[in-house]
Amino acid sequence: MMENLVNIFVKSVFIDNMIFAYFLGMCSYLAVSKTVKTSTGLGIAVIFVLGFTVPIDYLIHNFLLREGALVWLSPKFADVDLSFLSFIIFIAVIASMVQLVEMIIEKFSPTLYNSLGIFLPLIAVNCAILGGSLFMQERDYNNIAEATAFGLGSGLGWFLAIVGIAAIREKIRYSNIPDPLKGLGITFIITGLMGIAFMGFMGIKL
Amino acid sequence: MSAEKEPLFSSKNIKLLTEPMNDSNPITVQVLGICSALAVTVKIKPAFVLAIAVVIVMAVSNVVISLLRKTVPPRIRIIVQLVVIAAMVILVDQVLKAFLFDVSKQLSVFVGLIITNCIIMGRLEAFALSNKPWPAFLDGIGNASGYGVILIIVAFFRELLGSGTVWGFQVIPESVYNFGYENNGLMILPPMALIVVGAIIWIQRAKNKKLVESN
Repeated sequence: MMENLVNIFVKSVFIDNMIFAYFLGMCSYLAVSKTVKTSTGLGIAVIFVLGFTVPIDYLIHNFLLREGALVWLSPKFADVDLSFLSFIIFIAVIASMVQLVEMIIEKFSPTLYNSLGIFLPLIAVNCAILGGSLFMQERDYNNIAEATAFGLGSGLGWFLAIVGIAAIREKIRYSNIPDPLKGLGITFIITGLMGIAFMGFMGIKL
Repeated sequence: MSAEKEPLFSSKNIKLLTEPMNDSNPITVQVLGICSALAVTVKIKPAFVLAIAVVIVMAVSNVVISLLRKTVPPRIRIIVQLVVIAAMVILVDQVLKAFLFDVSKQLSVFVGLIITNCIIMGRLEAFALSNKPWPAFLDGIGNASGYGVILIIVAFFRELLGSGTVWGFQVIPESVYNFGYENNGLMILPPMALIVVGAIIWIQRAKNKKLVESN
């Protein structure tokens, strides 16, 4: 049981990394990765939001939306399938969680709040968060512990990726890059190379 | 409603359509909507279907938001936008499941991820909220096609070099393989999408100097 959870966690951090394997959350990843400090803050916020939304959406999916999920209310509902509503409900859960995280950060770390600025509300439209819930739905985890492990793992993977690229971008500011490649272009290519490096984890059998 | 007797395709409106193709391309210049752009570009067909889906969702939601722009209080506008987009995406998803089931399986979660595609939110915020429905419609079509064009270019190169096919048809003849040509397996893997986009950005900015960033 425990071993299984660790497997899912490690797999979602390294092998199924949100950024390098699925490109989820690229928009904020590219926009906020200019300094290590802000990207650490955003990364932590993402871990937090993913760690909460995936299990909540897991419960919603399994007890409200999927086919036959409403049996606990009454056996009459055995063939009710509401899963077409999942997009709209997941996004509502995410939007409200983000609001909560925003309030918490504003309360406890106003400096972080100021430096994250516009990007906190943007977590709501960060594809990594909705993607986490949708992958959870597609992969059909057995219980809520596995879903939580997956959520936290994906968040940590995203965190590692954004801190890594921010560190590289801080250094690369002093290198001599062809003009048209400066900024966005080189960031894409570095991310690609980091992705190739992360593919080295693919051979691991878990 | 009398002051602006603008023709439907005035030069300003045409510009809304063409600008996103080059000078303000959503992917290479505005850096919006990268997420889904890269993952579906292994083959042209899913990339094309996703591009069409985005065009539809974006045009319709731009018009809807533009019609609602005077009635929605600013405080709740994000939720309203998300609901409009999500409703459109559910429609598109159901249509795809019904008529193009295998493509919809290939796209897996990326249809749902159109909701969080930042170009749609970004254009709603930046344009539809302050403009009339017709320009908003053109802006939606323009930006979504600018996005689709990049998607298809990336998919074209990845499919051609990675599997030697275009739209599923073999274009690299058998005799070339007999000479020892090999498909570049790396192109199918996710990281190459980033490098291809990086190269596109490089080419575009080399041609268009005013897009070059300073740092």
